[in-house]
Amino acid sequence: MSLTTAHSVVAPSANSKRIAGTIIVAYALISIVPLLWIFATSFKTPPDSIAYPPKIVFQPSIEGYCNLFTTRTRQTPEYINSLGPATGFCDETVRKRNMVIAGPSNFLPRFVNSLIIAFGSTFCAVFLGTLSAYGFSRFKVPLADDLLFFILSTRFMPPIAVAIPIYLMYRELGLSDTALGMILLYTAVNVSLAVWLLKGFIDEIPREYEEAAMIDGYTRLQAFWRTVLPQATTGIAATAIFCLIFAWNEYAFAALLTSGTAQTAPPFIPTIIGEGGQDWPAVAAGTTIFLVPILVFTILLRKQLLRGITFGAVRK
Amino acid sequence: MLNRTADNVARATPEPLAKKIRGISDKGLAWLFISPTILLLLAINIFPLFWAIYLSFTNFRANRPNEVVKNLGLANYQRILGDQDIWIAMQTTAHFVFWTILLQTLIGFTLAWLIDRKFRGHAFWTTIILVPMMLSPAVVGNFWRFLYEPQIGLFSYVISFVSGIPPTNVQMLSNVELAPWSIIIVDTWMWTPYVMLICLAGLRSIPEYIYEAAEVDRASNWRQFWSITLPMALPFIMLAVLFRGIENFKMFDMVNLLTGGGPGSTTEVASITLKRQAFESWRTGYSSAFAIILFVAVFGLANIYVKALNKVKQR
Repeated sequence: MSLTTAHSVVAPSANSKRIAGTIIVAYALISIVPLLWIFATSFKTPPDSIAYPPKIVFQPSIEGYCNLFTTRTRQTPEYINSLGPATGFCDETVRKRNMVIAGPSNFLPRFVNSLIIAFGSTFCAVFLGTLSAYGFSRFKVPLADDLLFFILSTRFMPPIAVAIPIYLMYRELGLSDTALGMILLYTAVNVSLAVWLLKGFIDEIPREYEEAAMIDGYTRLQAFWRTVLPQATTGIAATAIFCLIFAWNEYAFAALLTSGTAQTAPPFIPTIIGEGGQDWPAVAAGTTIFLVPILVFTILLRKQLLRGITFGAVRK
Repeated sequence: MLNRTADNVARATPEPLAKKIRGISDKGLAWLFISPTILLLLAINIFPLFWAIYLSFTNFRANRPNEVVKNLGLANYQRILGDQDIWIAMQTTAHFVFWTILLQTLIGFTLAWLIDRKFRGHAFWTTIILVPMMLSPAVVGNFWRFLYEPQIGLFSYVISFVSGIPPTNVQMLSNVELAPWSIIIVDTWMWTPYVMLICLAGLRSIPEYIYEAAEVDRASNWRQFWSITLPMALPFIMLAVLFRGIENFKMFDMVNLLTGGGPGSTTEVASITLKRQAFESWRTGYSSAFAIILFVAVFGLANIYVKALNKVKQR
């Protein structure tokens, strides 16, 4: 390394940095526009959302959010006038359009389903994944490479292809359209990622820690609990978020295997309709609420992102 | 915290069981740790796969479970290989995979190469660029339908603003020529960051001293790019192509929500055909055979590709 100087000879010039920066910022701004548009649309009134030319400046309204969470019926102005005073923001907004709130919409239950299924399957996948990853990392497992490849290869299947037999199997077992069925399914899909990622993380924890613990009289299992698990918490957390993001975003299985009680948000949001077509502010509101958790996780995950999306094949 | 949990678990375990666990050999423990995962995958992945193989030889229809199931031998496979529509769907898929990978690799690598300059604020802007790939393709695809609407959509407005074509003529989703591109655009928007991130890791893995040596040898910037940057980043680029290739071959959610395979069947990729055959026409046996063919194709292509990737890595 005798060539290394205080000022690296190949450091990019200030000028090339400026050009690169400009292009990247331009790309970032353009690529974020669709998301900003979703956010803006969620605060528009239905007429504003379909105005031409598209409105960039508009009077913000929470009508989209009201429509997202309620179902409404059209009434005559006389009937609406005969009702008592409006009982809140949403009631008032809806009445202006000659409608009254008939009840809650399905959005909240679907959103709760997404939460239950995503967190449930993440917990199971990370639990099984941690155990397996430790097994593969620390013990001589016969045919370990083949087993690991087998675990990875379960991801090659198009979801629709396994959906047919799973659909039949779930129908026999009474698991179709149940949260439990979806949790099992997403656990199976995610466990491959969990094993591969966690194996990478656990491989990096020196074996000496366990050996030291075992010399102190711990059994293998206690050594695992007391030394490896605490060391692997960062890796486990990162893995959990990746599994969560997958289960949160999954659509194909959810659309084919759930129809009612266990339906998650991704197949539900596109079905939100108003009078005469999709109610875009409500769809945008649902989309915004649905995206917020993922945006938070993305920012938290920046550093581990690469590992997670490449199954740990690339380390940063 | 975990230690305390561990101790609590240990204390709560009944003594005979605890003795058993403590006395367990390493080999036993290994299997105890690995088998639940393997069993789950056998139950939810391998068993359905074998069931699909079995169904692919029959005329079973899932909406008529009480009918007598006849064994057809290889008839389903023969019909698929002779079915014009299936071949068109495969061509559509190939077209879609080719263009998305080409665009995503070109743009993704360029972005990574620029970000690698480490200009001020590069970490922040990189995070912004990464956001689209974290979202649900279905939810985003649904919203892009709104952006693509002629007249009211932002996309057609911008296109007509820039090009002067009246916005009612920018029919991204209903024009036969443009519909495949409407999907390619959204897919590229969403997944270019993915390729960029992997390329960035590749570029960062190139040791500085190689460039310094090249500089001493007076190699031009162009020469350095072709003989150092590109070859050393190639395994990473190939890895990105592999992952995107497998994903886009299976692509369902975004296509289903943007065009649903239409107009006509111009954007009907393999997964959409599969869904139509399996869950609309209920030809379970036939669609199972198609699913198996697809699986074998992905598996085979991925295997050949990984071999090539390993060769590049060893160079």
